[in-house]
Amino acid sequence: MPAPLLSLRKMTKTYGQTVANSAIDLDVAPGSIHAILGENGAGKSTLMKLIYGVERPDAGEVLWNGAPIHLSSPAEARRLGIGMVFQHFSLFETLTVVENISLVVPGSKTDLATRIRALGQDFGLLVDPFAHVHALSVGERQRVEIIRCLLTEPRLLILDEPTSVLPPQAVGLLFDTLRRLRDGGVSILFISHKLDEIRALCDRATILRGGRVTGDVDPREHDAHDLARMMIGRDMPAPLHLDPMPPGELRLELMGLNHASDDPFGIGLAEVSLRLHAGEILGIAGISGNGQSELSRLISGETVLPHGRRDEIRMLDKPVGHLGPAARRAIGFAFVPEERLGRGAVPDMSLADNSLLTAHPLGLLKRGLIDRQAEASFTAACIADFDVRTTGPDAEAGSLSGGNLQKFIMGREISLHPRLLFVAQPTWGVDIGAATAIRQRLVQMRNAGVAVLVISEELEELFEICDRIQVLHKGALSPSLDPRSTRPEEIGRWMIGAAGVAA
Amino acid sequence: MIRLVRRERASRKLAVAAPLLALFAAILSNLILFVAMGKDPAAVFYALLLEPFLTWSGFSEVLLKTGPLLLIAQGLAIGFRAKVFNIGAEGQFILGAIFASAIPVYFLQATGGWIWPAMLVMGGVGGALWAVVPAFWRVRLNANEILVTLMMSLIAVQLLNYLLLGPWKDPMGFNFPQSVMFQYDAMIPILLPGTRVNVSLLLALVAAFIAWIYMQRSFGGYQLLVGGLAPEAATYAGFSQSRAIWLSLLIGGFAAGLAGAAEVAGPIGQLQRSISTGYGYAAIIVAYLGGLHPVGIVASSLLMAALYIGGDNAMVSADLPVAAVRVFQGSLLVCYLAAITFVRYRLVRTKGATS
Repeated sequence: MPAPLLSLRKMTKTYGQTVANSAIDLDVAPGSIHAILGENGAGKSTLMKLIYGVERPDAGEVLWNGAPIHLSSPAEARRLGIGMVFQHFSLFETLTVVENISLVVPGSKTDLATRIRALGQDFGLLVDPFAHVHALSVGERQRVEIIRCLLTEPRLLILDEPTSVLPPQAVGLLFDTLRRLRDGGVSILFISHKLDEIRALCDRATILRGGRVTGDVDPREHDAHDLARMMIGRDMPAPLHLDPMPPGELRLELMGLNHASDDPFGIGLAEVSLRLHAGEILGIAGISGNGQSELSRLISGETVLPHGRRDEIRMLDKPVGHLGPAARRAIGFAFVPEERLGRGAVPDMSLADNSLLTAHPLGLLKRGLIDRQAEASFTAACIADFDVRTTGPDAEAGSLSGGNLQKFIMGREISLHPRLLFVAQPTWGVDIGAATAIRQRLVQMRNAGVAVLVISEELEELFEICDRIQVLHKGALSPSLDPRSTRPEEIGRWMIGAAGVAA
Repeated sequence: MIRLVRRERASRKLAVAAPLLALFAAILSNLILFVAMGKDPAAVFYALLLEPFLTWSGFSEVLLKTGPLLLIAQGLAIGFRAKVFNIGAEGQFILGAIFASAIPVYFLQATGGWIWPAMLVMGGVGGALWAVVPAFWRVRLNANEILVTLMMSLIAVQLLNYLLLGPWKDPMGFNFPQSVMFQYDAMIPILLPGTRVNVSLLLALVAAFIAWIYMQRSFGGYQLLVGGLAPEAATYAGFSQSRAIWLSLLIGGFAAGLAGAAEVAGPIGQLQRSISTGYGYAAIIVAYLGGLHPVGIVASSLLMAALYIGGDNAMVSADLPVAAVRVFQGSLLVCYLAAITFVRYRLVRTKGATS
């Protein structure tokens, strides 16, 4: 093996009580694509922040071309030749591509535009330098981020979960680009939790679990099962089983729903229609930012329609478009929003007080006063039933991990015994074990005759649990697709709005 | 380099200690100020902080001032916890005084035990009505309630001036800008014989108890809290933000108006320009110093009342300027705001960081 480009020795970082990284060793060879594989909370992001100089390690050593270095800022890392593309883009929507890039890279705009085009040719990163960023697709924005990094001529490029925002087709293009970059002599650190991608792309994989290295392997020599065991410490959970169900009564109907977004760069909804029956799970696929949050607010009642348009949303045979969230819950609706802290739960309040938020009609009040005992016992039951890891009902919601808080909110909403359950991004940031538990719960609800609506970016998840899938793209909803007879690529075409057009 | 790092959970100990720390820091910094002004610091602090508690008559005056401060601060604190910032309690206080005075001004000959309670009710209604304006514009046009309530206070002062210089001026009052002296039945009964402390102090304590039940135990108060802590969560749960704004402002206005009525129907006994002595603004400090908690506010209103009396003492005995008490109040609030930062955050020393 050639001398490593980057070596980490015994890197350790703690935040308060939590050890995010514990004595991590890592060697990245020149000209390789190296995966960092791990669940949420395994310490991947912390490790990247240490390498990119965003955070400083408590202990350990970084070697760059064999020489020890001490990074104190991202600027220093960039000077050495380390570039990073974050999961969340940092581009100004109102500026053009070349304007965004010229904020970071010196040079005249015409000169930069030529270099952007040249890079695009060389590495398959085609993007119009003079397009405004708000008009670009997510895949194109990611290309802009990568180009911005490449213009500083890095030796090592770090990509944080780059595929989580992409439709399946764009993933293939990205991989092609990354391979070309590797062949051009750039090493790549590729962070992911998706086993198939890593096996398809990477030369080497370092696997993290609980802040420690649990494996350092060639991913092509191991099957997904082995990698998963190293990543989660046990076998992959068994796949779920959807019982065949006779179609039930209509529980939710949207009829030609139009809505203009308040946000000038937001996506309005155009003629959105869907029908959801008892005993089925309908999945809304699509890349975030295509109208998902607008749609979920309309269904939950956080956005209310004028009285005259109340018939555009019908729940359990009643027009509800004009009703607020509380009135919709009163007829059997429950909702788990995508933002857990600050929307699904109040961070500064205890779990017990967070139970009250939506579960107050379940006997938690006595003549307008809070029944502390009932509140505590409801919360304790919720914690026990849904395996929420916490110190108890008095713990502040903000102190729970994302996955545990999600389990708590799911538990609270399911305890309302809804007839129509709506869950947005059920497993965002949730570890595999908890994600499986949540999906199993959703399937159980369906099998018990509840109508379940799920919005998710994770196509695998939707294929696993849904009876039908519809795709949201630029505020319009595709026809209903059957996951048993539809290939993921076809869904992917709807996700980028290319369905119907010859691909 | 020293950095602020958010604590995993709020420190209960510091939440209680913060007002005391703030008081200590304010005393210390003002001590330096008084020394720089060439005053005798020992005499100032004896007059300011000890004297109000040393004699019964002095302490009874402290209790007298506690009433309105307690009442206004309890009302404001409810709104503050819902993040509705009513800064115009002074104006609502004045309107309360005006509304209450309407009864004796127009029915000076009336007698009966109903008069002073009716005046209190009128006062509360007047204060609440004055708060209707900012509430309406906030809900309707999202007009900032801080600015509107503050401006409404300026209007209230002019309204008071107009009444006292015009239609409500006492015809036998030698042209002084004040109303007639109220009749006996328009005065709130004395609570502690031999002092000026009247039944309104009792009312304020009852209000504190009701505020405690409302904010700590009731679902209505819980909804306001959620709206203040996480507005998105309140919308998600279906708690109406407009309702929270209306309730916060109306409760604050009612309490301030009640205090205004108790002032004209109590120690003053007529409507004067001098009824507006800044209780409405001081009560903001009282509310925060009490941690926006009904029990804490009982303690902080007593402290603030003592500072008023002590300030008067210090002006006479230690030759302190009028502004000194205001400066002390202000520095108390600043110190408190600094101190409560450490309830949620702690200081961390980072070694040798450069960037």
